[in-house]
Amino acid sequence: MANNGSARSGSGGRAVANRGARASASRKRSAEPNGKGSSGVAEAVASPTSLRGRSESKEQLIDFYRQMVLIRRFEEKTGEMYTRAKIGGYCHLNLGEEATIVGVSSALETRDYMFTNYREHGYILARGVDPNRIMAELFGKETGVSKGRGGSMHLFDAEARFMGGYAIVGGQLPLATGAGLAIAHKGLDEVVVCQMGDATTNIGAWHESLNIAQLWNLPVIFLIVNNQFGMGTSVEKGSAVPELYKKACAFGMNAERVDGNDVLAVRDASLRAVELARRKRLPTVLETVSFRHRGHSVVDPDRYRSRELVEKGRALDPIPHFGRALLEAELIDENGLKQIDAQVDRMVEKSVAFADESPEPLPKDLYVFDYATEVPNIDRSLPGDHTGLADVGDLVAPNKQGVR
Amino acid sequence: MAVITFRQALHDTLRDEMLRDENVVLMGEEIGVFEGSYKITAGLLQELGEKRVRDTPIAEEGFVGAAVGAAMLGLRPVVEIMTINFIMLAIDQIVNHAAKIHYMFGGQSKVPMVIRTPGGGGQQLAATHSQNPEVWFAHVPGLKVVAPSTPADARGLLKAAIRDDDPVIFLENLALYNTRGEVPDDTEDDVIPLGTADVKREGSDITIVAYSRMAAVAMNVAEQLASEHGIDAEVVDIRSLRPLDRTTIVNSVKKTNRAVVFEEDWRSYGVGAEIAATIQEYAFDYLDAPVRRIAAAEVALPYSKVMELSALPTAQHLVDAVRATLAASGGSRRNGGLVIPGVTAGGVSRG
Repeated sequence: MANNGSARSGSGGRAVANRGARASASRKRSAEPNGKGSSGVAEAVASPTSLRGRSESKEQLIDFYRQMVLIRRFEEKTGEMYTRAKIGGYCHLNLGEEATIVGVSSALETRDYMFTNYREHGYILARGVDPNRIMAELFGKETGVSKGRGGSMHLFDAEARFMGGYAIVGGQLPLATGAGLAIAHKGLDEVVVCQMGDATTNIGAWHESLNIAQLWNLPVIFLIVNNQFGMGTSVEKGSAVPELYKKACAFGMNAERVDGNDVLAVRDASLRAVELARRKRLPTVLETVSFRHRGHSVVDPDRYRSRELVEKGRALDPIPHFGRALLEAELIDENGLKQIDAQVDRMVEKSVAFADESPEPLPKDLYVFDYATEVPNIDRSLPGDHTGLADVGDLVAPNKQGVR
Repeated sequence: MAVITFRQALHDTLRDEMLRDENVVLMGEEIGVFEGSYKITAGLLQELGEKRVRDTPIAEEGFVGAAVGAAMLGLRPVVEIMTINFIMLAIDQIVNHAAKIHYMFGGQSKVPMVIRTPGGGGQQLAATHSQNPEVWFAHVPGLKVVAPSTPADARGLLKAAIRDDDPVIFLENLALYNTRGEVPDDTEDDVIPLGTADVKREGSDITIVAYSRMAAVAMNVAEQLASEHGIDAEVVDIRSLRPLDRTTIVNSVKKTNRAVVFEEDWRSYGVGAEIAATIQEYAFDYLDAPVRRIAAAEVALPYSKVMELSALPTAQHLVDAVRATLAASGGSRRNGGLVIPGVTAGGVSRG
């Protein structure tokens, strides 16, 4: 499987009972980058997920559901808080990508690292970071994960090894590759997940990073969250090879595509990629196909997608889908699901209250964090200092100097 | 004290720092097997192995970004970009990532890395291989930018840069690699703090502000001014473009009352613009003449030797600018403003 230029579709590999591989994916076993085919979107069909034969505990499976609901509610609340002007700047939601996020995150250990793009609230939640601190960051508060300096697109938590949301498309790929390099250099068995959107596979950093990762045997999983649109440009309009995972064959890299609406399919594929990275220090391209339930960002009216397409996409909603599977397997009853919903609602409401009540950062701390190592002559002047009224460092204000 | 070349100083310092700290790794195109385009890394692959000296594919964005990511996880990469002209390919990783990560994530991650890269014209390398775009990086908070002019400064600043926890752009110059100078024996004392200018020559008549190769040229010019024109010039080698040691510049101008900036980058929005602005902000009342700037012509550097020479600042330009500045200022304040050194016969300004 590894290092032979192979790229396979989601249903290949070892058998896992009813992993929920999609018919559309299983038809495309070819590793050839034939340039044709599709992004897999229109053909995606929600098929029933069975939990038979799973090795996870009941508690674990229910926790996957709980995490997905948490991301859903958190993001819905985030959208609401944005429209109430509690949140500023740009804001991109993970609605519709919950199964992908939870599936991937569930395959990681606490010692593993994650780099993401700017649509990342759900990922940092799934890494176990306190929702209070995430909402506080969105509110721009000192108690936020990035102390109010980063905002929605720049979440970070060193302890959770959540290594940042990055808002320049493709920017996180070289960084994640370098993280893999550091791990390999130190001889550790940690793994790096590098999440990105579908359109990122068209940018230069993709090509340079994948080449380096394969060339140097780096333990990096390049996760393409194919939600079918880069802003308003469809995958087919942006990528000459719309089956994005096949692009990995240019680097001889292992690759796989799975249904991003199926949390267990994503988990299984992620576990395979993690195993490869951890044991053999080999990178993988993992493409998940899902649907963005709303516009590109909170303010996007989403006019470029037909109502039919949006309805079809939303019908693939991974949360009720997985909830039904839990019910059918009798791991939980309706009441249990409702309790989870209520518990999550409380948690999200609490995060809003925490964010609301948290202190703003202080303008006097503007230059805290400007440099990690103090050296002489760092300019920490403020715009008002150059009115001539204030000394700047060792320099005496012009209006105090007098005329010679 | 030993007299060595600028190239040797860089090489020895890289080796010393790699032996001192196993997290220091070198990355770049052709730095290993080929021993570096300018042979700064000669012999290091053989001595320290592939893990420490990593030849990269031709992928500046990819490997510079990989160095940033590796630095976030605790390595201390020293990246060589073959010439500064290729740094444009990595500018997203430098400006949007390396420079921002510590601040925008609330101080949770450091980026201890160095990017070494030579710039400079005068080698007939033409438009795309002769540029001095250091001011682009000097403009960016979060970066530190240094540009030594002597082997000793190269050593001291490279040590400081490697030990610093912020991303440092370390500017070299093709024309300096073979220059020689005294370098202290390897002691901890020869680390030069980033952000400090150095008065390379004390003088009383005029301040020449320069860095990198132009500071080296300015030192020769200052001697020439003294012996041929009786002008006592002070040379301030800023060494560090960010942070900029404004105090040293301003204090020098307060003493000499005149300044010329000598730079190899383009004049418009260049380093000299920042220095001239600083001088007028903090030493306006001390100035006896406008601050002059000698900088490169505003063209893509042409290949033809005669054309190339016509576009680059030279020692003669600096001599002329210094003399013109003294002439315009009506001579030295110290002897009544009556004597214009080097212009009026017999006029030698001594304060």
